[in-house]
Amino acid sequence: MTKQIMFLQGNEACVEGALYAGVEFFAGYPITPSTEIAEQLSGRLPERGGKFIQMEDEIASMCAIIGASLTGKKVMTATSGPGFSLKQEAIGYACMAEIPCVIANVQRGGPSTGNPTHVSQGDINQARWGTHGDHNIIALTASNHQDVFSITVDAFNMAETYRTPVILLLDEAVGHLREKLILPEKGELPIVDRLRTSVPKGVDYHPYLPREDGRLPMSDFGGDHRYNVTGLFHDMWGFPSNNPKVVNELLRHLVDKIDNNIRAITRYKEHYMEGAEYILLSYGSSARSAIHLAQNRRAKGEKIGVLELQSIWPFPSELVREKCAGAKAVLVVEMNMGQVMAQVKMAVDEPGKIFLANRIDGKLITPSDIKQLLRVIQGRGV
Amino acid sequence: MAKARLKEQKIIRDWCKGCGICIAFCPKKVLELDAEDKAVTVRPEDCICCRLCELRCPDLAIEVFKQEEE
Amino acid sequence: MAVTDYLRERFFPHMWCPGCGHGTVLNSLLRAIEELGLNKNNIVMTSGIGCSARISGYVDFHSLHTIHGRALAFATGVKLSKPGLKLLVPMGDGDALAIGGNHFIHAARRNIDITAIIMNNRIYGMTGGQFSPLSGPGKKATTAPYLTIDREFDIVELAKAAGATFVARSTTYHAKESIEFLKKAIDHKGFSVVEILSQCPTHYGRKNKEGDAPQMLENYRNNTAKIGSKALADDPSLIARGIFVDVERPEYCQEYDQIIERAMKE
Repeated sequence: MTKQIMFLQGNEACVEGALYAGVEFFAGYPITPSTEIAEQLSGRLPERGGKFIQMEDEIASMCAIIGASLTGKKVMTATSGPGFSLKQEAIGYACMAEIPCVIANVQRGGPSTGNPTHVSQGDINQARWGTHGDHNIIALTASNHQDVFSITVDAFNMAETYRTPVILLLDEAVGHLREKLILPEKGELPIVDRLRTSVPKGVDYHPYLPREDGRLPMSDFGGDHRYNVTGLFHDMWGFPSNNPKVVNELLRHLVDKIDNNIRAITRYKEHYMEGAEYILLSYGSSARSAIHLAQNRRAKGEKIGVLELQSIWPFPSELVREKCAGAKAVLVVEMNMGQVMAQVKMAVDEPGKIFLANRIDGKLITPSDIKQLLRVIQGRGV
Repeated sequence: MAKARLKEQKIIRDWCKGCGICIAFCPKKVLELDAEDKAVTVRPEDCICCRLCELRCPDLAIEVFKQEEE
Repeated sequence: MAVTDYLRERFFPHMWCPGCGHGTVLNSLLRAIEELGLNKNNIVMTSGIGCSARISGYVDFHSLHTIHGRALAFATGVKLSKPGLKLLVPMGDGDALAIGGNHFIHAARRNIDITAIIMNNRIYGMTGGQFSPLSGPGKKATTAPYLTIDREFDIVELAKAAGATFVARSTTYHAKESIEFLKKAIDHKGFSVVEILSQCPTHYGRKNKEGDAPQMLENYRNNTAKIGSKALADDPSLIARGIFVDVERPEYCQEYDQIIERAMKE
């Protein structure tokens, strides 16, 4: 059988990935540059019996997918900058109540309205620290449509595996770029379905008691187990608790369940990394320029490689330290004021050899932007 | 029709917060607050089983049981 | 079944203050559900934040205690994804109409089959007695030491204008009437709103010299009248009680089923 090849936008590749992963419910609110995700799903979901709802605002969209997830559905919302800010309280709720859901944030310029149609990667820290309180989160990203597709599938799988919101940090350039996608066949990529409890009717079910493998089986609303879901500190039944031991264990669990699985969560790609003396560490659309530059310089005999991160949070510190250990210098290529660079500096043994190659003016960082800085670092002049 | 007669006015003492609503609006003044500010049945024979105490109780602490009709 | 069969009795006595009307609303709601003979597994109660919101912890249904003002948005997700479920959404006046006002009017506009119960005590109780969008002008609150100047919403008019297809108002004094309205609201196919005036003797009552809980109930008796009654005709300044709207209109989830049908055909 020949594979289906599509020519589409990154936002559409995200939709294809979500459908492949089994999304059944989407709630959203129009916002540039993510709107195509909502538009596409408004048509694609009902075709397969799924549900789409355009809510009255960004907050309501986030709340609605949490509600739908509790009935056992795979759920998603999509947004950008200001909408992502608005959703934070409800994202924190989903962290606290451990509700699987996927939030695509197609990043645009900010703060505030910034520029809706221009590219940025300024929401890295907000994805991690946007909501109040201690918790952990998973944030994934990709630089091309094939990877957008598969990382979207990963996002749904991880949401189910770890009972957590997963943030897809796309950006305007990838979201609106059109390129090829080879649609994987059914079964080609693994799919994680909702883990439901095997506790029978009439037997005490603990929605917040992890199994030995750390997973927490769920019970759908409408099923035999009537439990409580709350954003308050809660016990293993989901009921509010002020017991210091219970609270301590809950908060540690929220952090540990992700930190302890960092290896399983980490996604990255290496380009021309063999013997690389200079490493361009990048992600999302910035990585496209980094890869382009590395490819060109390699052809000229320069040992330049690219470490492309596809999972930003939890930050893969060990991986980064290990991969960057032998490099003369590492340029973090990103379109913000160094949000990932700060993490890299903390991760490596010699933070002094970490440099930032960035652009924050709404224009995509180009290979020559990176090259100019690289030449300075290499001591080859401006 | 025979008049409804009270079999028992069950009051869960632990739940009662002594707000006095049942007492204030009992048409037959069946209830009173005791020394611990808990509602108690003091004139059960006067009760007409209208159940307003039960329905209005904000503490869900009162249940009225009627005598079975003969 | 007895009313206590619908309760999570281990959490009683509840956390509401002595004389708080919210307990009476819970009482009425459970009786309405009991009389309708609903299956506990089929009910999802969604609440927000505030004194009112703690109601969801006390009922033996699927319970979703969410964030401030957003209970209806969560409920919309639950309902649309599983329309067979009964959605009950009790909210305080601040929860429903200040921070949650947008969700309230939009849930009404969609006519999604959810029952919103507004426990209107005209104050923010949980935070200690600040004025709410239902307090009205000339009231004392911790954030209005010189009296409020804000006008209040009329929940019935707001719900009507937004498109709710069932709208009723009662008080905690009128418990039998409340039960009747709640039964009809829960049975109604579409977005139903029941406003129940619910006394807050601790904050609102004390600050505004309305007396203790029995006195506040007395006020509900004296200051309200049924729609169509002579009392209301004689004194239109009384607060009207009754069923103000009860109409049929296409329900959101049913309409969406038709979208699915159309999408599958094409």
